[in-house]
Amino acid sequence: MKSAVIVFPGSNRERDMLYALETITGVKPVAVWHTEHELPDVDLVVLPGGFSYGDYLRTGAIAARANIMAAVAKKAADGVRVLGVCNGFQILCESGLLPGVLMRNAHLRFVCRNVDLEVANADSDFTKKYAKGQIWPCPVAHGDGNYFADAETVKRLEGEGRVSLRYANGTNPNGSVNDIAGILNAKGNVMGLMPHPENMIEPLNGGTAGRGLFESVLEAVA
Amino acid sequence: MSTSNLAITPALVAEHGLKPDEYQRILDLIGREPSLTELGIFSAMWNEHCSYKSSKKWLRTLPTTGPRVVVGPGENAGVVDINDGQVIVFKMESHNHPSYISPYQGAATGVGGILRDVFTMGARPVAALNALRFGAPDHPLTRHIVSGVVGGVGGYGNSFGVPTVGGEVNFDPSYNGNCLVNAFAAGLADADGIFLSEARGVGLPIVYLGSKTGRDGIHGATMASAEFGEDAEEKRPTVQIGDPFAEKLLLEACLELMASGAVVAIQDMGAAGLTCSAVEMGAKGDLGVELDLDKVPCREDGMTAYEMMLSESQERMLMVLHPEKEAEAEAIFRKWGLDFAVIGQTTDDLRFRVLHKGEIKADLPIKELGDQAPEYDRPWTQWSTGDDLPADAVDAPNDLGETLTKMLALPDMASRRWVWEQYDSLIQGNTAAGPGSDAAVVRVGHTGKALAFTLDVSPRYCHADPFEGGKQAVAECWRNLTATGAEPLAATDNLNFGNPEKPEIMGQLVGCIKGIGEACRALDFPIVSGNVSLYNETNGKGILPTPAMGGVGLMTDIATRATIGFKAAGEAIILIGETKGHLGQSIYLRDIVGVATADDRSAPPPVDLATEKLNGDFVRAEIRAGNLSAVHDLSDGGLYVALAEMAMAGGLGARIDAVHGEVPLHAWAFGEDQARYLVTLPQAGLEAFVERAAMLKISARLIGTTGGDELTLPGAAPISWTKLKTAHEGWFPAFMAADIV
Repeated sequence: MKSAVIVFPGSNRERDMLYALETITGVKPVAVWHTEHELPDVDLVVLPGGFSYGDYLRTGAIAARANIMAAVAKKAADGVRVLGVCNGFQILCESGLLPGVLMRNAHLRFVCRNVDLEVANADSDFTKKYAKGQIWPCPVAHGDGNYFADAETVKRLEGEGRVSLRYANGTNPNGSVNDIAGILNAKGNVMGLMPHPENMIEPLNGGTAGRGLFESVLEAVA
Repeated sequence: MSTSNLAITPALVAEHGLKPDEYQRILDLIGREPSLTELGIFSAMWNEHCSYKSSKKWLRTLPTTGPRVVVGPGENAGVVDINDGQVIVFKMESHNHPSYISPYQGAATGVGGILRDVFTMGARPVAALNALRFGAPDHPLTRHIVSGVVGGVGGYGNSFGVPTVGGEVNFDPSYNGNCLVNAFAAGLADADGIFLSEARGVGLPIVYLGSKTGRDGIHGATMASAEFGEDAEEKRPTVQIGDPFAEKLLLEACLELMASGAVVAIQDMGAAGLTCSAVEMGAKGDLGVELDLDKVPCREDGMTAYEMMLSESQERMLMVLHPEKEAEAEAIFRKWGLDFAVIGQTTDDLRFRVLHKGEIKADLPIKELGDQAPEYDRPWTQWSTGDDLPADAVDAPNDLGETLTKMLALPDMASRRWVWEQYDSLIQGNTAAGPGSDAAVVRVGHTGKALAFTLDVSPRYCHADPFEGGKQAVAECWRNLTATGAEPLAATDNLNFGNPEKPEIMGQLVGCIKGIGEACRALDFPIVSGNVSLYNETNGKGILPTPAMGGVGLMTDIATRATIGFKAAGEAIILIGETKGHLGQSIYLRDIVGVATADDRSAPPPVDLATEKLNGDFVRAEIRAGNLSAVHDLSDGGLYVALAEMAMAGGLGARIDAVHGEVPLHAWAFGEDQARYLVTLPQAGLEAFVERAAMLKISARLIGTTGGDELTLPGAAPISWTKLKTAHEGWFPAFMAADIV
């Protein structure tokens, strides 16, 4: 599987993501600088975590308007899988590729800890290696992860099975509506999530459950 | 502050923190009255913060060399060999005064400064830690400062992208008006990829990189060299504003530039900004420096030479470049959206010349600016060593279990989860042991190698006996590294004290440095970098002497590392090291009996360095041989607290049925004797283990067995580990959430 990781000024988990993708897919991903206008021919485009543009203005707001984002939108429209993690999720929301917004955490503090994630939809290209209802541990590290959308949008997301991951066992770390941790677009080829599966891929991390997400995409594009 | 025609009056000299004899030295040196800009430059170079004029004499006595030391003190950070052609670059530095005035920005720029020190040398930061000390929990300002400092540490490090993996948080009334923020950072580099500040070659371009220069932080270093009075609140303009985004770009741009081969020398602009960095680069390389301030990228219009030379705007670098690589270098910086300007050149005349708008604003001998800084042999009084306090002279509690529960929830003992969950401890994906461990453990590459990091000092010990306290800070640091299985390599020190012009404060400084030196020599633990912060006083009252030690250790096989949690039921629990029941200066004495540190004349526990080394080397060898299932060092609170921490971390209880012999039970439970560890191992290995210890004449006593949900301790009703954990985890969130009264 060929993949590309977009690097914005202020991205800081792109190295973690490059390492995870190479380790799990066996193919070295391409890092693409934000000023580019085109993406190489890949099966997966990843927007990594970090503080693009220092989170100034609003998280993800400036990055959503970078040159490369038009190419990302085009790939998404063509059915290529697009994954946004943490700041990447915020950028996907700001660019309109996913609905809703990520607000400041309800307690107003940055939070880094392990949470329990429940697989709410195990049929998607990003979650098919998990079982529905499976609960796995995964770290979060963010200040703005409080997912919010209007009631109608949330109802539609829930109704269409587009909530892919949910915080479980009372571990919602940020006040997200309906404990939403990750969502899909209508076609199911774009996913955004706040937790960091790329930091839960080897025993050193305290578990390997994050691999399932990347292995799902690997299987989906095979 | 504007015109250069301002008369240099004694009042103006005093405002610059220079004493009359120091000003006379300037007059003698340059043979004329300095210009205002020159006066500013001297005040920046000769203040305590930059010149170490009170401490230099004593710092020279510290051991700074060793087979693994590549670069010792004097550069931006120390460099230590970690095998395979790799080095670890690290340092600790204080940002105390700014953090009191503006907690968020002060702490944030403290983190930014230490990260810059590390990547200036060509290393990519892989770990950050911080030692924070705040006033009494019930002081009206404490929560405000805790909240701001923790927010600032996290805000900067999280955005920059370095994992914050450990540190210390403590409270004491002596920090009420003067909190301590000591930031540590470590970075990885190839041994042949280290960059230094020494300029080489005449006529080479001096390049300014990074953010623009503004009026923030002017005289920050001078402020850091004075005591606070009632007007501390009015010093806010001297605090710098941090931009972690700019720093992240600066990191990537610098490392890319270094890889291109364009860099001859590099120095970050920290304290005293452009002045200090330019003088250091020239003076170290025996070269003159000429700067044209018209070329300096400024954030504001109309900045004077004086302001530009003293600005402490953050995220700036100065480099000397190979001229043929200038265009390539500029392209790299433009790509990252950073300022790049050639603002001067190296010369052969050993002068530090500053030009602005066609005028010479300063023309000074560059070597003397650094080398001829005043150096003092300040008078000091012999420190006290404290009085013996027999354990039976200290009241025993009725129920040791209740006392233990209470101790685990004390401000200085409770879990710091509220703090460290605001730090990204996992970024980079290499954190094997994060906050809450004896020492943090961070993986290096994928060969099985890892580094251990810890920060330690017990200020109440240093207050009672500076020499023993200094020794203990080093010993505890070394012990914490050892308890993970790491080989302690080297240390950095951050010496925080009051006003050195007072002989008793100077005595504390001298005593602590002597103790640190003795311990570092005995434990083969050289000091490769450090920082001194003096004048930590408010309205004439000094802080507790606080020489924080930062230690770095190496393990070649991360798979053998030890952790503190009990692992399995039915395992033997062994106490390594002798327990004499030393209650002097203990947490028990201070917080349960209620003897305030300021009034406590008792001696701290003595540190026997030979025993420390013997016990530590044994424990480390046993860890590396894979014989132990859990390891924890004993420190604040003593044996019962350590047992509780192991039970809480492992989610498993234990039964302790050892007899405490001659030692009174409460002293056995809560005494703080040094050189001790708790270890667990399967029963099958017990006999051989005890024999190995006996052969080395190491005290190793079987004291109990793991198992169950309760901790059953002599003198106490059984307590579930969950109850202990509730108490331990509860204090900090409740403290920070309590209603404002």
